[in-house]
Amino acid sequence: MKQNQEKSITDILTNMNTNVSPTERVVSATAGGALLAYGIKRGDTFGILLSIVGGGLALRGATGHCQVYDAMDIDKGEAPTNKRLANKKSATYQNGLLSGKVHVKKSLTINKSQAELYAFWRNFENLPKFMAHLESVKTTDGNKSHWVAKAPMGTTVEWDAEITSEQENERIGWKSLEGADIPNSGVVEFKPTTNRGTEVKVTLTYEAPGGALGAMFAKLFGEEPSQQVYGDLYRFKSLMESGEVISVEGQSSGREPQAKKAAA
Amino acid sequence: MKAVCWMGKEDVRVLNVPDPKILNERDAIIKITRTAICGSDLHLYNGYIPSMMQGDILGHEFMGEVVETGKGVSNLKQGDKVVVPFTIACGNCFFCQHEMYSVCDNSNPKPEGQETAYGFAGSGLFGFSHLMGGFAGGQAEYARVPFADVGPIKVPDSIEDEKVLFLSDIFPTGFMAAENCNIQEGDTVAIWGAGPVGQFATKSAFMLGAEKVILIDHYQDRLDFAKANNENVETINFDDTEVHDKLKDLTGGRGPDSCIDAVGLESHGTTPDAILDRVKAAVFLATDRPHALRQAIFCVRKGGTVSIPGAYGGFMDKFPIGAAFNKGLTFKMGQTHMQAYMPKLLAAVEEGKIDPSFVISHRLDLSEAPTAYDSFNNLKNDWRKVVLKP
Repeated sequence: MKQNQEKSITDILTNMNTNVSPTERVVSATAGGALLAYGIKRGDTFGILLSIVGGGLALRGATGHCQVYDAMDIDKGEAPTNKRLANKKSATYQNGLLSGKVHVKKSLTINKSQAELYAFWRNFENLPKFMAHLESVKTTDGNKSHWVAKAPMGTTVEWDAEITSEQENERIGWKSLEGADIPNSGVVEFKPTTNRGTEVKVTLTYEAPGGALGAMFAKLFGEEPSQQVYGDLYRFKSLMESGEVISVEGQSSGREPQAKKAAA
Repeated sequence: MKAVCWMGKEDVRVLNVPDPKILNERDAIIKITRTAICGSDLHLYNGYIPSMMQGDILGHEFMGEVVETGKGVSNLKQGDKVVVPFTIACGNCFFCQHEMYSVCDNSNPKPEGQETAYGFAGSGLFGFSHLMGGFAGGQAEYARVPFADVGPIKVPDSIEDEKVLFLSDIFPTGFMAAENCNIQEGDTVAIWGAGPVGQFATKSAFMLGAEKVILIDHYQDRLDFAKANNENVETINFDDTEVHDKLKDLTGGRGPDSCIDAVGLESHGTTPDAILDRVKAAVFLATDRPHALRQAIFCVRKGGTVSIPGAYGGFMDKFPIGAAFNKGLTFKMGQTHMQAYMPKLLAAVEEGKIDPSFVISHRLDLSEAPTAYDSFNNLKNDWRKVVLKP
């Protein structure tokens, strides 16, 4: 029992078994961070106490692990989260840190017919209109295409791809050819519903630059592959349903350098 | 142009900012002729809504004249007089096609925030934080209006601005709150919050056939104002009257058939639950203070409806689920599906059934916005509804 209480901070940080639910983690991290900051700002004894509590809450939110819950044998971590985490872990360890395959699967329902969605996607030159990281795709002959994607620090990566399987209105599969900077493959499937539009499912697999470690670093900078694919799919939906991808880039605000107090 | 910018908690300033530009083909630029401050703007002012950034342009109740349209807008032209709804909606997605405009799939350019917080993202809103899309608002000289072919409603040049301005939010919001009560012959509707939405919910409840409306607040002037403007309105000042007993008294012991919470997340109150809410909110252990909502759930009759137009953002404590379950209640709530209500409510104004300008208490220049916010926040008895003129 005593040993249990004397866990070092390293033990706590490396104990990644979540037992706190995702919602609670967000609340815990936010509230904890605020308390920590407020406590430090106060600087008095009460402030120090507050920052200790706040730090604990923030840590609990960040790691998803609550020492108190642990002591009380409570596990509120959601099963899917744990499962995802377990999958990610096994991918990291099985494939080695520097040669990981990234595998992403995402679905969205789009209020358009199967045929319309299929036709738009089948013309690969349309893909950069909603895939944020693509600069261009050129069809070189019926089944082959040349892809150019944006890479960090203003560079680009390029590859050739070919369609590997195709069922009209239902499914398109493609794969990069030999010599690609980032070997990758993808499948998009279009499945009609009774009256809710078409379910679109995208599955992508690619060799992340820098392997799984690279993917982890990318994630730190907000470039998580699954989020990227989801964002692309979301833009595809908006483009097909509303004809545009709504944006707030370039709108007015009081943050612009030229903003200044109006002469009242 | 001049615009009212959120600079931090209880800090709004009028700044010179760049004029808005067309950013999407379905955009229009509106030259604003009138704009108003909403009670929900005070939630931003008081720092209750997360994801505000310094410099964000506020305001979601505005109207004006079309000065420019994008290539995708064919139903509006330069010079048209329009009222802009506060919810932005594409008109094409499943939700828009089922008249659930405020949960449009395609109008929030930053859906991730709400997906994390709420599971799915609602529509974009003007001037209401980055969680709601981060759109610049309409307390300014000009505004960019996305999906302008679906949102703004054309109004006749002959009609005064002040008669139609509130079609942008509070009139449809009060109306939807009343409609959500599914009012039947002989019904009594109790409404918490005698602010502008409560005032419009009162009028709307009568328009929809309610026999009696009971308004609950502790700003006596606002209660008196409702009495002066409506027949068959009873009022309860919760500072000096026990609400549940009084409601039973006024309904022959039955309780109101439906209850409307037109207060939202900053509910005042002096009972122990309300005080505990304040403490918890102050130390970040909860975000919403739902005293009025709890009371509404407690007071409504068995099998009744609780309708919530008041805004909520996060988490609440001690939700009386036992009362709700065992009385078999129905709950209806949400941001207003604006586009579904504007045409028929414009018709009601044109037919003279209602003049929404009754609610206005103050008219100021846009440059006086900081004073207006401060007074509206602190002097609720007198400052009922503020209209700003750019």
